[in-house]
Amino acid sequence: MTASQPWTPDQPIVRIADVYKSFGAVEVLKGVSLNVMKGEVICIIGPSGSGKSTLLRCINALVPIDRGSIQVEGLETHDPKLNKLELRKKVGMVFQQYNLFPHKTALQNIMMAPVTVLKQDKAEVEVRARVLMKKVRLEGKEHSYPGELSGGQQQRVAIARSLAMNPDVMLFDEVTAALDPETVKEVLVTIRDLAEEGMTCLLVTHEMGFARELADHMYFTDRGVIVEHGPPKEFFSNPRDPRTQEFLSQIL
Amino acid sequence: MTTPETGINLTYFYDSFDRARMIGGFFMTIWLSLVCLFFSTIIGVVGAWLQGSRFVWTRRIAQGYIQLFRNTPPLVQMYFFFFALGNLLPRVKNEYGYLEPLFDNFTWAAVSLSFFAGAFNVEIFRSGIEAVPESTREAAEALGYNRLQAYLYIVLPLAFRVCLPALNNNLVNLVKTTTLAYAIAVPELLYVSNQIWSDSVNVPEMMVTLLVLYVALVGLLVWGMHRWERAIRVPGYGT
Ligand SMILES: Nc1ncnc2c1ncn2[C@@H]1O[C@H](COP(=O)(O)OP(=O)(O)OP(=O)(O)O)[C@@H](O)[C@H]1O
Ligand SMILES: [Mg+2]
Repeated sequence: MTASQPWTPDQPIVRIADVYKSFGAVEVLKGVSLNVMKGEVICIIGPSGSGKSTLLRCINALVPIDRGSIQVEGLETHDPKLNKLELRKKVGMVFQQYNLFPHKTALQNIMMAPVTVLKQDKAEVEVRARVLMKKVRLEGKEHSYPGELSGGQQQRVAIARSLAMNPDVMLFDEVTAALDPETVKEVLVTIRDLAEEGMTCLLVTHEMGFARELADHMYFTDRGVIVEHGPPKEFFSNPRDPRTQEFLSQIL
Repeated sequence: MTTPETGINLTYFYDSFDRARMIGGFFMTIWLSLVCLFFSTIIGVVGAWLQGSRFVWTRRIAQGYIQLFRNTPPLVQMYFFFFALGNLLPRVKNEYGYLEPLFDNFTWAAVSLSFFAGAFNVEIFRSGIEAVPESTREAAEALGYNRLQAYLYIVLPLAFRVCLPALNNNLVNLVKTTTLAYAIAVPELLYVSNQIWSDSVNVPEMMVTLLVLYVALVGLLVWGMHRWERAIRVPGYGT
Protein backbone atom coordinates (compact mmCIF):
# COMPACT_ATOMS: atom_id res chain seq x y z
CA MET A 1 0.00 0.00 0.00
CA THR A 2 1.28 3.46 -0.89
CA ALA A 3 1.96 6.12 1.70
CA SER A 4 0.33 9.53 1.99
CA GLN A 5 1.52 12.23 -0.39
CA PRO A 6 1.31 16.00 -0.50
CA TRP A 7 -1.79 17.18 -2.29
CA THR A 8 -2.52 20.25 -4.38
CA PRO A 9 -6.05 21.30 -5.42
CA ASP A 10 -5.37 20.59 -9.09
CA GLN A 11 -5.11 16.89 -8.25
CA PRO A 12 -8.14 14.70 -7.51
CA ILE A 13 -9.35 15.29 -3.96
CA VAL A 14 -10.51 11.67 -3.82
CA ARG A 15 -8.41 9.20 -5.74
CA ILE A 16 -9.59 5.59 -5.79
CA ALA A 17 -7.30 3.20 -7.61
CA ASP A 18 -8.01 -0.47 -8.28
CA VAL A 19 -9.70 -1.22 -4.97
CA TYR A 20 -10.60 -4.77 -3.98
CA LYS A 21 -12.67 -5.74 -0.99
CA SER A 22 -14.13 -9.06 0.13
CA PHE A 23 -16.30 -9.96 3.08
CA GLY A 24 -15.29 -13.53 3.68
CA ALA A 25 -15.85 -15.36 0.42
CA VAL A 26 -18.00 -12.58 -1.05
CA GLU A 27 -16.01 -10.27 -3.29
CA VAL A 28 -17.80 -6.95 -3.03
CA LEU A 29 -15.40 -4.58 -4.83
CA LYS A 30 -13.42 -5.91 -7.77
CA GLY A 31 -10.98 -3.31 -8.95
CA VAL A 32 -12.85 -0.05 -8.59
CA SER A 33 -11.13 3.14 -9.73
CA LEU A 34 -12.50 6.64 -9.80
CA ASN A 35 -11.30 10.19 -9.25
CA VAL A 36 -13.15 13.17 -7.90
CA MET A 37 -11.94 16.72 -8.29
CA LYS A 38 -12.49 19.38 -5.67
CA GLY A 39 -15.97 20.85 -5.89
CA GLU A 40 -17.31 18.04 -8.07
CA VAL A 41 -20.54 16.20 -7.43
CA ILE A 42 -20.54 12.59 -8.46
CA CYS A 43 -23.46 10.20 -8.26
CA ILE A 44 -23.15 6.46 -7.98
CA ILE A 45 -26.09 4.29 -8.95
CA GLY A 46 -26.47 0.57 -9.25
CA PRO A 47 -28.51 -2.41 -8.16
CA SER A 48 -28.77 -3.48 -4.53
CA GLY A 49 -25.73 -5.35 -3.32
CA SER A 50 -23.43 -3.97 -6.00
CA GLY A 51 -21.09 -2.51 -3.38
CA LYS A 52 -22.04 1.18 -3.39
CA SER A 53 -22.24 1.54 0.38
CA THR A 54 -19.08 -0.49 0.83
CA LEU A 55 -17.23 1.83 -1.55
CA LEU A 56 -18.30 4.94 0.36
CA ARG A 57 -17.43 3.31 3.69
CA CYS A 58 -13.97 2.46 2.38
CA ILE A 59 -13.34 6.12 1.56
CA ASN A 60 -13.44 7.16 5.22
CA ALA A 61 -11.90 3.88 6.36
CA LEU A 62 -14.98 2.57 8.16
CA VAL A 63 -14.22 -0.59 6.22
CA PRO A 64 -10.65 -1.69 5.47
CA ILE A 65 -9.78 -2.54 1.87
CA ASP A 66 -7.88 -5.64 0.76
CA ARG A 67 -5.97 -4.17 -2.16
CA GLY A 68 -5.55 -0.93 -4.06
CA SER A 69 -5.35 2.60 -2.83
CA ILE A 70 -7.73 5.32 -1.70
CA GLN A 71 -6.40 8.81 -1.13
CA VAL A 72 -8.26 11.81 0.20
CA GLU A 73 -6.30 15.02 -0.24
CA GLY A 74 -3.23 12.86 -0.54
CA LEU A 75 -3.92 10.95 2.70
CA GLU A 76 -3.62 7.24 2.08
CA THR A 77 -6.73 6.16 3.93
CA HIS A 78 -5.64 2.60 4.59
CA ASP A 79 -2.12 3.30 5.67
CA PRO A 80 -1.86 1.65 9.11
CA LYS A 81 0.13 4.66 10.30
CA LEU A 82 -2.64 7.05 9.30
CA ASN A 83 -4.21 9.10 12.07
CA LYS A 84 -7.87 8.23 11.44
CA LEU A 85 -9.01 11.50 12.94
CA GLU A 86 -7.13 13.45 10.25
CA LEU A 87 -9.07 11.54 7.62
CA ARG A 88 -12.42 11.88 9.35
CA LYS A 89 -11.99 15.62 9.73
CA LYS A 90 -11.76 15.80 5.94
CA VAL A 91 -14.62 13.44 5.13
CA GLY A 92 -18.19 13.79 6.38
CA MET A 93 -20.70 10.98 5.98
CA VAL A 94 -24.48 10.87 6.05
CA PHE A 95 -26.33 7.57 6.31
CA GLN A 96 -29.63 6.24 5.09
CA GLN A 97 -30.93 5.76 8.64
CA TYR A 98 -29.70 9.19 9.89
CA ASN A 99 -28.00 7.54 12.90
CA LEU A 100 -28.41 10.56 15.15
CA PHE A 101 -27.52 10.19 18.81
CA PRO A 102 -30.99 9.74 20.31
CA HIS A 103 -30.06 10.96 23.79
CA LYS A 104 -28.97 14.37 22.58
CA THR A 105 -30.98 17.28 21.20
CA ALA A 106 -30.55 18.40 17.61
CA LEU A 107 -28.19 21.18 18.64
CA GLN A 108 -26.18 18.87 20.89
CA ASN A 109 -25.91 16.32 18.10
CA ILE A 110 -24.29 18.97 15.95
CA MET A 111 -22.03 20.24 18.72
CA MET A 112 -20.84 16.96 20.19
CA ALA A 113 -18.10 15.91 17.81
CA PRO A 114 -16.36 19.30 17.55
CA VAL A 115 -16.45 19.63 21.33
CA THR A 116 -15.50 16.10 22.40
CA VAL A 117 -13.35 15.03 19.46
CA LEU A 118 -11.75 18.26 18.29
CA LYS A 119 -11.81 19.86 21.77
CA GLN A 120 -13.08 23.11 20.33
CA ASP A 121 -14.49 25.83 22.54
CA LYS A 122 -18.09 25.05 23.39
CA ALA A 123 -19.43 28.58 23.05
CA GLU A 124 -17.86 29.01 19.62
CA VAL A 125 -19.13 25.62 18.48
CA GLU A 126 -22.62 26.53 19.61
CA VAL A 127 -22.58 29.70 17.52
CA ARG A 128 -21.58 27.66 14.47
CA ALA A 129 -24.10 24.93 15.27
CA ARG A 130 -26.91 27.48 15.34
CA VAL A 131 -25.79 28.82 11.97
CA LEU A 132 -25.85 25.26 10.63
CA MET A 133 -29.35 24.68 12.03
CA LYS A 134 -30.41 27.74 10.06
CA LYS A 135 -28.64 26.54 6.96
CA VAL A 136 -30.53 23.24 6.99
CA ARG A 137 -33.72 25.20 7.67
CA LEU A 138 -34.37 23.84 11.14
CA GLU A 139 -34.45 26.99 13.22
CA GLY A 140 -36.57 26.49 16.31
CA LYS A 141 -35.85 22.75 16.50
CA GLU A 142 -32.55 23.19 18.36
CA HIS A 143 -33.84 21.58 21.54
CA SER A 144 -35.87 18.78 20.01
CA TYR A 145 -34.67 15.23 20.44
CA PRO A 146 -34.28 13.05 17.33
CA GLY A 147 -37.33 11.07 18.49
CA GLU A 148 -39.39 14.24 18.18
CA LEU A 149 -38.31 15.05 14.62
CA SER A 150 -39.57 13.73 11.28
CA GLY A 151 -37.27 11.63 9.13
CA GLY A 152 -36.49 14.54 6.84
CA GLN A 153 -35.71 16.78 9.79
CA GLN A 154 -33.48 14.14 11.36
CA GLN A 155 -31.61 13.70 8.11
CA ARG A 156 -30.99 17.44 7.89
CA VAL A 157 -29.67 17.44 11.45
CA ALA A 158 -27.38 14.59 10.41
CA ILE A 159 -26.10 16.66 7.49
CA ALA A 160 -25.51 19.64 9.79
CA ARG A 161 -23.75 17.34 12.26
CA SER A 162 -21.29 16.28 9.57
CA LEU A 163 -20.79 19.84 8.38
CA ALA A 164 -19.89 20.95 11.90
CA MET A 165 -16.61 19.09 11.49
CA ASN A 166 -15.81 21.30 8.48
CA PRO A 167 -15.23 18.46 6.03
CA ASP A 168 -13.87 18.97 2.52
CA VAL A 169 -15.71 15.97 1.10
CA MET A 170 -19.20 14.72 1.88
CA LEU A 171 -20.41 11.16 1.38
CA PHE A 172 -24.16 10.60 1.12
CA ASP A 173 -25.35 7.00 1.20
CA GLU A 174 -28.95 6.83 -0.04
CA VAL A 175 -29.85 9.57 2.37
CA THR A 176 -33.39 9.93 1.07
CA ALA A 177 -34.20 6.24 0.71
CA ALA A 178 -35.89 5.98 4.11
CA LEU A 179 -37.96 9.16 3.73
CA ASP A 180 -41.54 9.88 2.74
CA PRO A 181 -41.81 11.28 -0.77
CA GLU A 182 -42.85 14.70 0.59
CA THR A 183 -39.79 15.03 2.81
CA VAL A 184 -37.30 13.80 0.24
CA LYS A 185 -37.33 17.21 -1.38
CA GLU A 186 -36.32 19.16 1.71
CA VAL A 187 -33.24 16.97 2.11
CA LEU A 188 -32.35 17.19 -1.57
CA VAL A 189 -32.62 20.99 -1.43
CA THR A 190 -30.15 20.99 1.45
CA ILE A 191 -27.71 18.87 -0.53
CA ARG A 192 -28.13 21.05 -3.60
CA ASP A 193 -27.33 24.16 -1.55
CA LEU A 194 -24.17 22.48 -0.35
CA ALA A 195 -23.13 21.41 -3.83
CA GLU A 196 -23.72 24.91 -5.14
CA GLU A 197 -21.43 26.28 -2.46
CA GLY A 198 -18.71 24.12 -3.90
CA MET A 199 -18.70 21.16 -1.51
CA THR A 200 -17.26 18.01 -3.02
CA CYS A 201 -20.03 15.41 -2.84
CA LEU A 202 -20.18 11.69 -3.50
CA LEU A 203 -23.76 10.54 -3.57
CA VAL A 204 -25.25 7.10 -3.77
CA THR A 205 -28.83 7.76 -4.77
CA HIS A 206 -31.88 6.50 -6.54
CA GLU A 207 -33.16 10.02 -7.18
CA MET A 208 -32.45 10.10 -10.89
CA GLY A 209 -33.91 13.54 -11.54
CA PHE A 210 -31.75 14.96 -8.83
CA ALA A 211 -28.67 13.17 -10.13
CA ARG A 212 -29.24 14.36 -13.66
CA GLU A 213 -29.63 17.94 -12.50
CA LEU A 214 -26.79 18.07 -10.00
CA ALA A 215 -24.11 15.56 -10.91
CA ASP A 216 -20.96 16.43 -12.75
CA HIS A 217 -20.33 12.78 -13.35
CA MET A 218 -22.39 9.59 -13.12
CA TYR A 219 -21.14 6.12 -12.22
CA PHE A 220 -23.04 2.89 -12.64
CA THR A 221 -21.83 -0.05 -10.58
CA ASP A 222 -22.83 -3.68 -10.81
CA ARG A 223 -21.43 -6.60 -8.83
CA GLY A 224 -18.42 -4.73 -7.60
CA VAL A 225 -17.24 -3.08 -10.80
CA ILE A 226 -17.89 0.26 -12.42
CA VAL A 227 -19.70 -0.72 -15.57
CA GLU A 228 -20.11 2.70 -17.08
CA HIS A 229 -19.55 6.32 -16.26
CA GLY A 230 -19.87 9.69 -17.91
CA PRO A 231 -21.41 13.15 -17.73
CA PRO A 232 -25.11 12.88 -16.85
CA LYS A 233 -26.46 14.11 -20.23
CA GLU A 234 -24.70 11.38 -22.13
CA PHE A 235 -25.07 8.82 -19.39
CA PHE A 236 -28.85 9.11 -19.22
CA SER A 237 -29.66 9.74 -22.87
CA ASN A 238 -27.23 7.34 -24.41
CA PRO A 239 -26.13 4.55 -22.09
CA ARG A 240 -23.87 2.08 -23.90
CA ASP A 241 -23.66 -0.98 -21.67
CA PRO A 242 -26.72 -3.25 -21.74
CA ARG A 243 -26.64 -3.54 -17.94
CA THR A 244 -26.84 0.23 -17.59
CA GLN A 245 -29.63 0.34 -20.14
CA GLU A 246 -31.58 -2.29 -18.28
CA PHE A 247 -31.09 -0.66 -14.89
CA LEU A 248 -32.07 2.78 -16.18
CA SER A 249 -35.14 1.44 -17.93
CA GLN A 250 -36.28 -0.18 -14.70
CA ILE A 251 -35.73 2.84 -12.55
CA LEU A 252 -36.80 5.73 -14.82
CA MET B 1 -35.24 -3.79 81.45
CA THR B 2 -38.62 -3.98 79.76
CA THR B 3 -41.18 -1.26 79.33
CA PRO B 4 -43.90 -2.55 81.67
CA GLU B 5 -47.01 -1.44 79.74
CA THR B 6 -46.27 -3.02 76.36
CA GLY B 7 -43.52 -5.51 76.89
CA ILE B 8 -41.76 -4.09 73.84
CA ASN B 9 -38.17 -3.27 74.64
CA LEU B 10 -36.63 -0.83 72.20
CA THR B 11 -33.46 -0.09 74.10
CA TYR B 12 -32.12 2.37 71.56
CA PHE B 13 -34.89 4.80 72.49
CA TYR B 14 -33.84 5.20 76.09
CA ASP B 15 -30.30 3.83 76.29
CA SER B 16 -27.83 6.32 74.82
CA PHE B 17 -25.17 3.64 74.40
CA ASP B 18 -27.46 1.45 72.32
CA ARG B 19 -28.68 4.49 70.43
CA ALA B 20 -25.11 5.38 69.50
CA ARG B 21 -24.48 1.80 68.37
CA MET B 22 -27.65 1.77 66.30
CA ILE B 23 -26.89 5.09 64.63
CA GLY B 24 -23.33 3.98 64.00
CA GLY B 25 -24.56 0.75 62.42
CA PHE B 26 -27.09 2.59 60.32
CA PHE B 27 -24.49 4.93 58.86
CA MET B 28 -22.03 2.09 58.48
CA THR B 29 -24.59 0.25 56.33
CA ILE B 30 -25.24 3.38 54.28
CA TRP B 31 -21.53 4.03 53.83
CA LEU B 32 -20.78 0.44 52.89
CA SER B 33 -23.69 0.47 50.43
CA LEU B 34 -22.56 3.71 48.81
CA VAL B 35 -18.97 2.57 48.48
CA CYS B 36 -20.07 -0.74 46.94
CA LEU B 37 -22.66 0.91 44.66
CA PHE B 38 -19.95 3.20 43.36
CA PHE B 39 -17.24 0.63 42.83
CA SER B 40 -19.51 -2.11 41.50
CA THR B 41 -20.82 0.33 38.89
CA ILE B 42 -17.27 1.27 37.92
CA ILE B 43 -16.41 -2.42 37.67
CA GLY B 44 -19.48 -2.95 35.51
CA VAL B 45 -18.56 -0.12 33.15
CA VAL B 46 -14.92 -1.14 32.86
CA GLY B 47 -15.72 -4.85 32.62
CA ALA B 48 -18.25 -4.30 29.83
CA TRP B 49 -15.61 -2.28 27.98
CA LEU B 50 -13.06 -5.09 28.40
CA GLN B 51 -15.60 -7.62 27.20
CA GLY B 52 -15.82 -5.71 23.93
CA SER B 53 -12.05 -5.70 23.58
CA ARG B 54 -10.32 -6.79 20.41
CA PHE B 55 -7.91 -8.93 22.40
CA VAL B 56 -9.15 -12.40 23.11
CA TRP B 57 -7.30 -12.69 26.40
CA THR B 58 -8.82 -9.51 27.75
CA ARG B 59 -12.24 -10.89 26.94
CA ARG B 60 -11.39 -14.23 28.53
CA ILE B 61 -10.20 -12.64 31.74
CA ALA B 62 -13.35 -10.54 31.96
CA GLN B 63 -15.45 -13.63 31.31
CA GLY B 64 -13.57 -15.65 33.91
CA TYR B 65 -14.12 -12.97 36.51
CA ILE B 66 -17.84 -12.91 35.80
CA GLN B 67 -18.19 -16.68 36.00
CA LEU B 68 -16.22 -16.87 39.22
CA PHE B 69 -18.17 -14.19 41.03
CA ARG B 70 -21.60 -15.02 39.72
CA ASN B 71 -21.35 -18.71 40.45
CA THR B 72 -19.99 -18.69 43.97
CA PRO B 73 -21.74 -17.66 47.19
CA PRO B 74 -20.99 -14.08 48.20
CA LEU B 75 -20.27 -15.18 51.78
CA VAL B 76 -17.60 -17.55 50.56
CA GLN B 77 -16.17 -14.76 48.45
CA MET B 78 -16.03 -12.50 51.49
CA TYR B 79 -14.31 -15.16 53.59
CA PHE B 80 -11.90 -15.75 50.76
CA PHE B 81 -10.94 -12.09 50.64
CA PHE B 82 -10.83 -11.59 54.37
CA PHE B 83 -9.21 -14.81 55.56
CA ALA B 84 -7.28 -16.05 52.55
CA LEU B 85 -6.12 -12.89 50.82
CA GLY B 86 -6.01 -10.94 54.07
CA ASN B 87 -3.57 -13.42 55.56
CA LEU B 88 -1.34 -13.46 52.51
CA LEU B 89 -0.84 -9.72 52.58
CA PRO B 90 1.95 -8.27 54.73
CA ARG B 91 1.17 -6.78 58.12
CA VAL B 92 2.08 -3.22 58.91
CA LYS B 93 3.03 -1.49 62.18
CA ASN B 94 0.34 0.84 63.49
CA GLU B 95 0.94 4.06 65.42
CA TYR B 96 1.43 2.13 68.70
CA GLY B 97 4.02 -0.17 67.16
CA TYR B 98 1.73 -3.21 66.93
CA LEU B 99 1.46 -5.28 63.76
CA GLU B 100 -1.88 -4.87 62.00
CA PRO B 101 -3.42 -6.30 58.84
CA LEU B 102 -2.91 -4.09 55.83
CA PHE B 103 -6.64 -3.67 55.23
CA ASP B 104 -9.37 -3.56 57.85
CA ASN B 105 -12.61 -5.53 57.86
CA PHE B 106 -14.60 -2.77 56.26
CA THR B 107 -12.22 -2.57 53.30
CA TRP B 108 -12.42 -6.30 52.69
CA ALA B 109 -16.21 -6.23 52.89
CA ALA B 110 -16.31 -3.34 50.43
CA VAL B 111 -13.89 -5.05 48.07
CA SER B 112 -15.63 -8.40 48.05
CA LEU B 113 -19.16 -6.97 47.73
CA SER B 114 -18.06 -4.61 44.95
CA PHE B 115 -16.59 -7.48 42.97
CA PHE B 116 -19.67 -9.59 43.66
CA ALA B 117 -22.19 -6.99 42.46
CA GLY B 118 -19.75 -5.79 39.79
CA ALA B 119 -19.82 -9.18 38.06
CA PHE B 120 -23.58 -8.85 37.64
CA ASN B 121 -23.23 -5.24 36.56
CA VAL B 122 -20.87 -6.22 33.75
CA GLU B 123 -23.50 -8.53 32.32
CA ILE B 124 -26.20 -5.92 32.79
CA PHE B 125 -24.22 -3.23 31.01
CA ARG B 126 -23.30 -5.61 28.25
CA SER B 127 -26.95 -6.33 27.54
CA GLY B 128 -27.53 -2.58 27.34
CA ILE B 129 -24.55 -2.11 25.05
CA GLU B 130 -25.79 -4.83 22.75
CA ALA B 131 -29.03 -2.89 22.35
CA VAL B 132 -27.14 0.08 20.86
CA PRO B 133 -27.24 -0.31 17.08
CA GLU B 134 -23.95 -0.84 15.28
CA SER B 135 -24.94 1.97 12.93
CA THR B 136 -24.98 4.49 15.79
CA ARG B 137 -21.46 3.49 16.74
CA GLU B 138 -20.46 3.75 13.10
CA ALA B 139 -21.86 7.28 12.88
CA ALA B 140 -19.69 8.22 15.85
CA GLU B 141 -16.67 6.65 14.21
CA ALA B 142 -17.33 8.57 11.00
CA LEU B 143 -17.36 11.77 13.08
CA GLY B 144 -13.88 11.03 14.35
CA TYR B 145 -14.68 9.44 17.70
CA ASN B 146 -12.18 6.82 18.77
CA ARG B 147 -13.39 3.64 20.43
CA LEU B 148 -13.15 4.94 23.97
CA GLN B 149 -14.83 8.24 23.16
CA ALA B 150 -17.65 6.47 21.35
CA TYR B 151 -18.07 4.17 24.36
CA LEU B 152 -18.13 6.94 26.92
CA TYR B 153 -20.18 9.55 25.10
CA ILE B 154 -22.51 7.53 22.90
CA VAL B 155 -22.72 3.83 23.70
CA LEU B 156 -22.70 3.95 27.48
CA PRO B 157 -25.28 6.74 27.89
CA LEU B 158 -27.62 4.85 25.57
CA ALA B 159 -26.90 1.50 27.22
CA PHE B 160 -27.64 2.99 30.64
CA ARG B 161 -31.13 3.94 29.59
CA VAL B 162 -31.84 0.42 28.41
CA CYS B 163 -30.42 -1.44 31.37
CA LEU B 164 -31.52 0.79 34.26
CA PRO B 165 -34.31 -1.54 35.42
CA ALA B 166 -31.90 -4.49 35.64
CA LEU B 167 -29.25 -2.32 37.26
CA ASN B 168 -31.85 -1.17 39.74
CA ASN B 169 -32.57 -4.76 40.75
CA ASN B 170 -28.94 -5.62 41.21
CA LEU B 171 -28.21 -2.55 43.29
CA VAL B 172 -31.16 -3.31 45.55
CA ASN B 173 -29.70 -6.77 45.98
CA LEU B 174 -26.36 -5.27 46.79
CA VAL B 175 -27.76 -3.14 49.59
CA LYS B 176 -29.41 -6.20 51.08
CA THR B 177 -26.22 -8.23 50.70
CA THR B 178 -24.21 -5.74 52.77
CA THR B 179 -25.56 -7.63 55.81
CA LEU B 180 -23.00 -10.32 54.96
CA ALA B 181 -20.35 -7.99 56.31
CA TYR B 182 -21.72 -9.13 59.68
CA ALA B 183 -19.73 -12.32 59.15
CA ILE B 184 -16.41 -10.49 59.28
CA ALA B 185 -17.44 -8.21 62.14
CA VAL B 186 -18.05 -4.99 60.26
CA PRO B 187 -20.27 -3.02 62.65
CA GLU B 188 -23.12 -2.50 60.21
CA LEU B 189 -26.82 -2.70 61.08
CA LEU B 190 -27.15 -6.44 61.51
CA TYR B 191 -23.96 -6.66 63.53
CA VAL B 192 -24.86 -3.93 66.01
CA SER B 193 -28.40 -5.25 66.29
CA ASN B 194 -26.95 -8.60 67.23
CA GLN B 195 -24.83 -6.91 69.92
CA ILE B 196 -27.87 -5.14 71.26
CA TRP B 197 -30.07 -8.21 71.41
CA SER B 198 -27.30 -10.19 73.05
CA ASP B 199 -27.14 -7.57 75.78
CA SER B 200 -30.85 -6.92 76.17
CA VAL B 201 -32.49 -10.14 75.01
CA ASN B 202 -34.87 -8.26 72.71
CA VAL B 203 -34.46 -10.32 69.55
CA PRO B 204 -37.98 -9.84 68.08
CA GLU B 205 -37.86 -6.08 68.57
CA MET B 206 -34.46 -5.80 66.95
CA MET B 207 -35.53 -8.02 64.05
CA VAL B 208 -38.54 -5.84 63.34
CA THR B 209 -36.34 -2.78 63.62
CA LEU B 210 -33.95 -4.25 61.06
CA LEU B 211 -36.73 -5.08 58.62
CA VAL B 212 -38.18 -1.59 58.89
CA LEU B 213 -34.80 0.04 58.38
CA TYR B 214 -33.99 -2.06 55.33
CA VAL B 215 -37.39 -1.38 53.79
CA ALA B 216 -36.65 2.32 54.27
CA LEU B 217 -33.13 2.11 52.86
CA VAL B 218 -34.08 0.07 49.82
CA GLY B 219 -37.12 2.27 49.29
CA LEU B 220 -34.86 5.30 49.25
CA LEU B 221 -32.57 3.70 46.70
CA VAL B 222 -35.43 2.67 44.44
CA TRP B 223 -36.92 6.14 44.67
CA GLY B 224 -33.60 7.70 43.77
CA MET B 225 -33.09 5.34 40.83
CA HIS B 226 -36.58 6.05 39.51
CA ARG B 227 -35.97 9.77 39.71
CA TRP B 228 -32.75 9.31 37.84
CA GLU B 229 -34.46 7.13 35.26
CA ARG B 230 -37.02 9.87 34.69
CA ALA B 231 -34.38 12.58 34.55
CA ILE B 232 -32.42 10.93 31.75
CA ARG B 233 -35.40 9.67 29.79
CA VAL B 234 -35.47 11.04 26.26
CA PRO B 235 -38.40 11.02 23.84
CA GLY B 236 -38.32 8.14 21.43
CA TYR B 237 -35.62 6.07 23.07
CA GLY B 238 -35.50 3.22 25.57
CA THR B 239 -38.19 2.15 28.00
N1 LIG C 1 -20.06 -5.87 7.09
C1 LIG C 1 -20.35 -6.78 6.13
N2 LIG C 1 -20.13 -8.09 6.35
C2 LIG C 1 -20.41 -9.01 5.40
N3 LIG C 1 -20.93 -8.72 4.21
C3 LIG C 1 -21.20 -7.43 3.93
C4 LIG C 1 -20.93 -6.39 4.88
N4 LIG C 1 -21.29 -5.22 4.32
C5 LIG C 1 -21.77 -5.50 3.11
N5 LIG C 1 -21.73 -6.83 2.84
C6 LIG C 1 -22.13 -7.49 1.60
O1 LIG C 1 -21.51 -6.82 0.54
C7 LIG C 1 -22.38 -6.72 -0.57
C8 LIG C 1 -22.46 -5.27 -1.01
O2 LIG C 1 -23.10 -4.52 0.00
P1 LIG C 1 -23.33 -2.96 -0.09
O3 LIG C 1 -24.05 -2.56 1.12
O4 LIG C 1 -22.05 -2.28 -0.38
O5 LIG C 1 -24.27 -2.86 -1.35
P2 LIG C 1 -25.09 -1.62 -1.88
O6 LIG C 1 -24.71 -1.44 -3.30
O7 LIG C 1 -24.91 -0.46 -0.99
O8 LIG C 1 -26.56 -2.14 -1.82
P3 LIG C 1 -27.91 -1.37 -1.42
O9 LIG C 1 -28.37 -0.63 -2.63
O10 LIG C 1 -28.84 -2.47 -1.04
O11 LIG C 1 -27.60 -0.47 -0.27
C9 LIG C 1 -23.69 -7.32 -0.15
O12 LIG C 1 -23.75 -8.62 -0.67
C10 LIG C 1 -23.61 -7.35 1.34
O13 LIG C 1 -24.32 -8.45 1.84
MG1 LIG D 1 -26.14 0.60 0.38
